Amino acid sequence: MSSELIVTIFVAGIAAGTTLVFAAVGEIIAERSGVLNLGVEGMMLAGAVTGFLVNRQLRAPWLGVAAGISAGAALALLLAVLVVSFKANQVVTGLALVIFAIGMTGYLGESVVGVPPPVTFERIAIPGLADIPVAGRIFFAQDALVYLSYILVPATWWILFRTRTGLNLRSVGESPESADAAGLSVTGTRYAAVVIGGAFAGLAGAYLSLARAPSWVPNMTAGRGWIAIALVIFATWSPLRAALGGYLFGSVEALGFRLQTVGLEVSTFFIAMMPYLFTIVVLVLISRGSVQRRLAAPSALGNAYLREER
Amino acid sequence: MTAPGGLRPRLVKRLLPSRRMRVAVRLIALLSAFAVAGIFLQATGRGAGPVYRAMWTGSFGSPYGQAQTILAAIPLIFTALAVAVAFRMLLWNIGAEGQFYLGAFGATAVAYAAPDWPRPILLGAMVLGGLIGGALWGLIPGALRAFFGTNEIVPTLLLNYVAILLVDYMVNGPWTDPATLGFPLGKPFSESAILPLVGNTAIHAGLYLALAAALVVSLVLSRTAWGYKIKVIGANTRAASYAGFSIPRNVVAVMLLSGALAGLGGMVEVSGVVHKIQANISPGFGYTGIIVATLARFSPLYIVPMAVLFGALVVSSVELQTLGLPSDIVLMLQGVILFFALAGELFVNYRLVWRAGAVSNRPSTPASASEPAPDLEPAG
Repeated sequence: MSSELIVTIFVAGIAAGTTLVFAAVGEIIAERSGVLNLGVEGMMLAGAVTGFLVNRQLRAPWLGVAAGISAGAALALLLAVLVVSFKANQVVTGLALVIFAIGMTGYLGESVVGVPPPVTFERIAIPGLADIPVAGRIFFAQDALVYLSYILVPATWWILFRTRTGLNLRSVGESPESADAAGLSVTGTRYAAVVIGGAFAGLAGAYLSLARAPSWVPNMTAGRGWIAIALVIFATWSPLRAALGGYLFGSVEALGFRLQTVGLEVSTFFIAMMPYLFTIVVLVLISRGSVQRRLAAPSALGNAYLREER
Repeated sequence: MTAPGGLRPRLVKRLLPSRRMRVAVRLIALLSAFAVAGIFLQATGRGAGPVYRAMWTGSFGSPYGQAQTILAAIPLIFTALAVAVAFRMLLWNIGAEGQFYLGAFGATAVAYAAPDWPRPILLGAMVLGGLIGGALWGLIPGALRAFFGTNEIVPTLLLNYVAILLVDYMVNGPWTDPATLGFPLGKPFSESAILPLVGNTAIHAGLYLALAAALVVSLVLSRTAWGYKIKVIGANTRAASYAGFSIPRNVVAVMLLSGALAGLGGMVEVSGVVHKIQANISPGFGYTGIIVATLARFSPLYIVPMAVLFGALVVSSVELQTLGLPSDIVLMLQGVILFFALAGELFVNYRLVWRAGAVSNRPSTPASASEPAPDLEPAG
């Protein structure tokens, strides 16, 4: 493989990975508070379709992004009501949300399937930085939302691990009883974390339909929400490692499609399987060092908190 | 959350979950879901009236719809049983969709390999093919969980995408029917690869297989030592391990059985309904099966009526499609029904008591962190 080809794979890998990065970082925020949000896939779909529709009406991609974020957050609020207030099982609730969202987005997007968007996010080379050999083309000749991820990922890491807000959020995920006894609101924290996480998922979806593959196709997320959930485990609940992992997973996705252009005789169907199989293989590999990983996981992940049952 | 000094709600756990409340919750969930979706339809300008009328006609409201409802309930019984068997051990098999596709794949491979075999033998071999296809697909996440400790939720789900792509590949390549000029359809099955009908109805004999499967699974789970064993493992892995039960072996066995059940669903669908293999053989039977199993509280016998109800929903979306009405509303409805049922479960397991004064701040004791959520303990 020529070095030119490798660079193009990474350029596409960053773009493909950015969706996963947004979604995974959002999931990390939710999981750090103790809520397993399995509805990411659905929140991404909601973000994708609303982002696309608003951009189509208003010809303003940034308003589309804002709408996508709101849609993701709105669905996340629904999830929070069920799992935080009504203590519903987090696995079933997440699945119900995905099924609901597939139906809802299919319904809302019915009239715009395959319609090209009026405006999209274009690639902008950052003057100076884009001229750095190799890395410049890979990292600094992308679209504005990729640059947004460069800001949001470290910012999230900073908030989670270097501020009191982050400490409080993590303590709710580790030991809700102690956090409650210390006067923190478990319910309030979890609501906030889930809704912000959903906003990230909505952003991930809007990125897909406005920048990565500007269009609306039913179910266009194609399992990326689930891959993002796997990525969270891979990243041991750290936003920075999630970014690295996201670009790695994105590059695998990009690699498949490049292989075809160099004339490799593999059916498109098998190439399309690669991201899913790669994710499963990675999950298995990281399960082997599962002691550290179990320590990294928020202790109260997946459990509802009832003050009455302390 | 409320003003200090006023009446505050407190949740008090019921000693026994309220059965009456459980039935009421299911009914209210169903009605509320239709009300919410109706408001949504009105608000988005499509009108709830015509949509709901078409859904009724397409399902319970006509003899044709009734037969279609039963036909859709059959694969749902299988996928829901698959979910229920795994959940008995507190494993989440959300890969019944993929196991269903692989069951169809296995049965089809047999049907194309030996189209001239006598019907009973060929059908028997296809059942075996379906069981094996589904079981192998369930074995992958099962073995990963058993031997590497990989949580099964994400792998079972991702394998759905792989299974669908595999069938897509076959119907676009090796199995494609040249007569369809490039459509992703397989060649029609031979006469002897098609399940007979029940009496003079439009319902195929897969119905008997589905009912038998529900009965057998019910008996195995509630009346055999193995059924008890996997329940113990699910409830308390450590205790089961001390009792000498092999956890990995039973995880693998449960996932094999779970996958085989979903695979049998795929077999009866291609052999009884589609009569060939094609892309999109399932309108999400694997996912709807999760909802069916959850609402039936993972009880094999309750799954049957619940599958009929959701079978009606699934076929009503076909009617909507033919009339050009928004069929996606049916998926939304499925989700909303489950939302309401999940929220209502709180009132099945807890009583809401209004008390004056502040909530006491008792010293904290470790929460029951390892217990499964109260709404999801499998029915006994």
